[in-house]
Amino acid sequence: MNIKDVEKLAELARIELSLEEKESLLKDFDSILAYVDTIKSAEVGEVELKYDLYNSWREDKLEPRQFSHELIVGQFPDSQYGFLKVKKIL
Amino acid sequence: MIDLKSLTIEKAHADLTNGVFTCRELVEEYIKVIKEKNKDLNIYLEIFSDALTEADKAQEKITKREGGLLTGIPVAIKDNILFEGHTVSAGSKILENYRASYDAFVIKKLKEEGAVIIGRTNMDEFAMGSSTEYSAYGPTRNPLDPSRVPGGTSGGSAAAVAAEMALVALGTETCGSVREPAAFCGVVGLKPTYGALSREGIIAMGNSLDQVSPLGKTVRDAEIVFNALSKHDKEDSTSVPEELRGKIQNENKREDRRKIGVPWHLFKDDLNEVIMANFKESLEKLKKSGYDIVDIELPYAKYSLAVYYIVMPAEVSTNLSRFDGIRYGFHSEGRDLLDVYRKSRAKGFGAEARRRILLGTYVLSHGYYDAYYNRAVKIREKIKEEMRNAFTEVDFILTPTAPFLPFKLGEKLDDPVSMYLCDLFNAPANLTGTPSIAVPSGFTPEGLPFSIQFTAPHFKEEWLFEIGKKFEGIR
Repeated sequence: MNIKDVEKLAELARIELSLEEKESLLKDFDSILAYVDTIKSAEVGEVELKYDLYNSWREDKLEPRQFSHELIVGQFPDSQYGFLKVKKIL
Repeated sequence: MIDLKSLTIEKAHADLTNGVFTCRELVEEYIKVIKEKNKDLNIYLEIFSDALTEADKAQEKITKREGGLLTGIPVAIKDNILFEGHTVSAGSKILENYRASYDAFVIKKLKEEGAVIIGRTNMDEFAMGSSTEYSAYGPTRNPLDPSRVPGGTSGGSAAAVAAEMALVALGTETCGSVREPAAFCGVVGLKPTYGALSREGIIAMGNSLDQVSPLGKTVRDAEIVFNALSKHDKEDSTSVPEELRGKIQNENKREDRRKIGVPWHLFKDDLNEVIMANFKESLEKLKKSGYDIVDIELPYAKYSLAVYYIVMPAEVSTNLSRFDGIRYGFHSEGRDLLDVYRKSRAKGFGAEARRRILLGTYVLSHGYYDAYYNRAVKIREKIKEEMRNAFTEVDFILTPTAPFLPFKLGEKLDDPVSMYLCDLFNAPANLTGTPSIAVPSGFTPEGLPFSIQFTAPHFKEEWLFEIGKKFEGIR
């Protein structure tokens, strides 16, 4: 991994980093990846993933909820007419 | 003056019922200790202002003889559990001042029981760490030795129980985050079966691993809390329905549960000497009281922690994408929307959270997905398989809870991997969803606690309580 890779990851993860932070992360990743790379020596062969899971749906109908509308709207960093206000995208 | 040290849930319940003291007096006693010690130890982030009113409500129930075992019992909760109207920050600046808009399922259950939630405890930011030093609100200190860490990430909750600042506490585990601090603070910590306790209303870290986990001074206390909270919740799609729990329990009935498997090969070569000596002593004690100790091989388990450090960051990077400065929490102005995201996330997240978000982004990225994430998922499946096989031969798997004794503050801060290694023995239970309990097993001459950890098959918490209580009697 090099500093360009860290920059790409930061871009994907939407996190602004200073040069110093990038360098320190690069150093950390070297040791973390060296540790997790031990999985490369594991002989796994063909593994059939047994997902004994199933989707747990509920009917799409309105049910009373505990959510407090005021508490949610009150915590928006910016709002107007009770709606969340964001910067324009296009 | 109430003797908090010798207090258990059952004793407190008896004393409350018999009018030896009232709920308010009990809660006040704990708050007194908190006020005395919290400045130095930084265990609580907040004492809830409604704790005493809740205590009075619990008292009414007790007076009317309507209460249960948990009515009026002071409980501390980790700062990542939603309690309506109260601040919940996950130890992060990005959620500073965030107020929960609903109750987590486990909080609803505690309220139904009439337990008194007295405050929220410190934790590593977003439950990432092993020492509670990665909190945006400063580190918590170990009440047994304030120069040392209490473990983490539920370090505040474990320390609260150890320091008589709460009778019991809730933490959460993703990988050892309750068992390791329980070991460091000399208390009991139970990581339940994945799917036993609802994750609804818990600030998610790794969805396939997270589990709410009780802490107490005794195995019985952890058991009482577990029994009150272990219920199906339809709001959590991974919460196991009651009929399935019954089915799993009936499948694996064993009258005689005396066989303990020890995977020696995982730690015999490089374990800290004093921890090894204590572990061997504990084994001898178990042997003397009639348990069979056998050597077992778990060849894939040695990859557990490496697998965990791929699966978890992958889940973290997706989970934490919701914290973007738009809907709630910390917001930093920028020239356009993208800039707001980048600045809010840069200033809102601490170093370890950023590290794991980027690491997760890496292992999931095109070109690395197969080598890391996909491979890790396959090894995880292998670990599950070998654990299932092991449990056809033995009833319990036993290891030390942590490979280290509580270390000094700052000791591991510059080396992420050495911090990660604290959870070396905890990872198999989280990856496989099996229940596991950390039980204190003595002290060093300097007064630092030892702990051993029993793991059992899925939904066999009952077995863990049984052997845990036996061990408490012989240690």
